[in-house]
Amino acid sequence: MTEKQKKQLCKILVAAIICIPAIIISMPEWAKLILYLIGYLVVGLEILKKAVKNIKNGQVFDENFLMSIATIGAFLLGEYLEGIAVMLFYQIGELFQSYAVNQSRKSISDLMDIRPDSAVVLRDSQEEVVDPEEVMVGEIIVVRPGEKVPLDGIVIEGSSTLDTAALTGESVPRTVVSGETIISGCINLTGILKIRVEKEFEESTVAKILDLVENASSQKAKVENFITRFARYYTPVVVMAAAVLAVIPPLFLPNYPFADWIYRALTFLVISCPCALVISIPLSFFGGIGAASKYGVLVKGSNYLELLSNAEFAVFDKTGTLTEGSFRVSEIVPEGMKQEDLLGIAAYAEAYSNHPISQSILEAYGRPIDKEQIHEMNEIVGRGVWANVGEIEVYAGNAKLMQDIGVVYPKEVPVGTIVHIAVDHVYAGYLLIADIIKSDAKKAIEDLKKVGVKKTVMLTGDTDAIGRKVAEKLNMDEVYTQLLPADKVARIESLLERKSQNGYLVFVGDGINDAPVLARADVGVAMGGLGCDAAIEAADVVIMTDEPSKLAGMIKIARKTVKICRQNIVFALGVKAVILVLGAFGIADMWAAVFGDVGVAVLAILNSMRTLYMKNKE
Amino acid sequence: MKKVFKVEDLDCAHCAAKLEDALNHVSGVNKATVNFLSQKITLDVEDGKLDDIVKAMVSTAKKIEPDCTILV
Repeated sequence: MTEKQKKQLCKILVAAIICIPAIIISMPEWAKLILYLIGYLVVGLEILKKAVKNIKNGQVFDENFLMSIATIGAFLLGEYLEGIAVMLFYQIGELFQSYAVNQSRKSISDLMDIRPDSAVVLRDSQEEVVDPEEVMVGEIIVVRPGEKVPLDGIVIEGSSTLDTAALTGESVPRTVVSGETIISGCINLTGILKIRVEKEFEESTVAKILDLVENASSQKAKVENFITRFARYYTPVVVMAAAVLAVIPPLFLPNYPFADWIYRALTFLVISCPCALVISIPLSFFGGIGAASKYGVLVKGSNYLELLSNAEFAVFDKTGTLTEGSFRVSEIVPEGMKQEDLLGIAAYAEAYSNHPISQSILEAYGRPIDKEQIHEMNEIVGRGVWANVGEIEVYAGNAKLMQDIGVVYPKEVPVGTIVHIAVDHVYAGYLLIADIIKSDAKKAIEDLKKVGVKKTVMLTGDTDAIGRKVAEKLNMDEVYTQLLPADKVARIESLLERKSQNGYLVFVGDGINDAPVLARADVGVAMGGLGCDAAIEAADVVIMTDEPSKLAGMIKIARKTVKICRQNIVFALGVKAVILVLGAFGIADMWAAVFGDVGVAVLAILNSMRTLYMKNKE
Repeated sequence: MKKVFKVEDLDCAHCAAKLEDALNHVSGVNKATVNFLSQKITLDVEDGKLDDIVKAMVSTAKKIEPDCTILV
């Protein structure tokens, strides 16, 4: 608790202690009144002062003023106990509100606890502890186990494992070795690292992420705007209604006492404060954004949570999003020899080539190449390679190469890049080189269907055959292939026309060359944002890991957040409306009104705090 | 240009909304956002008028929400 909160708590306790004797001990009315008045002033003087001050500043419909009127009115009507109770509970509610908000603010900042406090920099071969903001590009920093990496850079000495959970939600540690880039915000787990700083603190990943999350709530959701607008009218309307209720009915219903109507009007004033709503809606979104960050997804604004919750079309880029974006040997089909032998022959034949396909074969082979064995090697442009390896003559390349050398090769081959191999002019089999589909891509599409996304679409610049094959494997609804970047935008536009009024289109790309598409979609999601500034800039939502399956989880978080907001709105407005109606008929008294104000606020806040603790169930 | 200020003791969300509204009406302010949860005010102001605007902001805040202090 802060000092201010403690003080407030003291006042509440003192006021309660003063008033209790007046309630339980029988004493003359005037003595009771004195005790109540003292209690009232202890707990409410501050409110009265504020009310006066605010009226001077031209703010009439201020909650302090409303509370003052309501409680003073109750006193004048002789309802001392209710007058003080309203003030007391109002203060308790305020105290709780400020406590709860502080608490959730704290838990969100804990969640985002990636800001490094200091950096150890090497200057004149002395270690100096400085503020990360003071470190310049090119300086060397030292990070020990257990410390946060304060700035982005390149490891120049040492190797270690890194905990990236705070950034990516990923629990498996990453390894870094010297020469690799390292991102601020990770926690160094095992070894001492020396890092050459590549970016100033303001430009570093940590600063960007923090800035993004902290400012996310400035992009307001529709519900939020609705509530702010609503609050602007709600209070004046209720106050006006109270005035009417106090004046009009007594004129027409002379049998009822005037005081009775005043009392009813006062109950109106007590529930006229819209605080419960105004506070709980942004709090819910803030919590939702916090929960998303914990899940490894950055959301740039509350509005995107709202849009995601109504995702209707999910459009994916293929390469780098659903697939790894790198070529690998995915099938080995030998003819008359073992798989390993064929791979070995291919690897030796391609050992001197720099072509990406050769590299992928060498990677698949994974053993050192004894270059003594390779006597001669030639690249045949547009065809493949020819090599003399050991005792044999090898041709490795595409179908055209096989035709050229007159070797019979199978025509029925899978879709992808095929490397045929002929040994001593005899066909020996082929390797299929393909871009591997990410291990969670299938689950990503399935989960999206499960959460009710109507259509999953793939856009790719790749050939028709490969595009269709991937889409078929993943069970996607539509696929558009051989698209140039401009075609992708056009596709998105035609999809946007086909979706329903209230559904939204989410586009997921790798953020590198699809910025226009990210911008055109209702929600642009970039993947693999860790260390990729372009992605963080261009997208509305950034999945920090390379997993497309997080989209479905994110939609769930968004839905839950929006649902909690709706619950709060319905609940708070519902209770207030009921109490207003009952109050007008004289059924609900001031105690009910206090519940309608403070109780509802407390419950709405507690409800909105649930967003913070959302667990994504697998 | 953009400038961010920290606020202390901004206690009520409704007041934050009122403050935001008022700051958006200060001349020279293109856009003001009061972030109640991170207790920050972000001002997007016309170049060269920052000093005047900061003064105007402080006095506006005094009127709307006398409890809070803006750390300038």
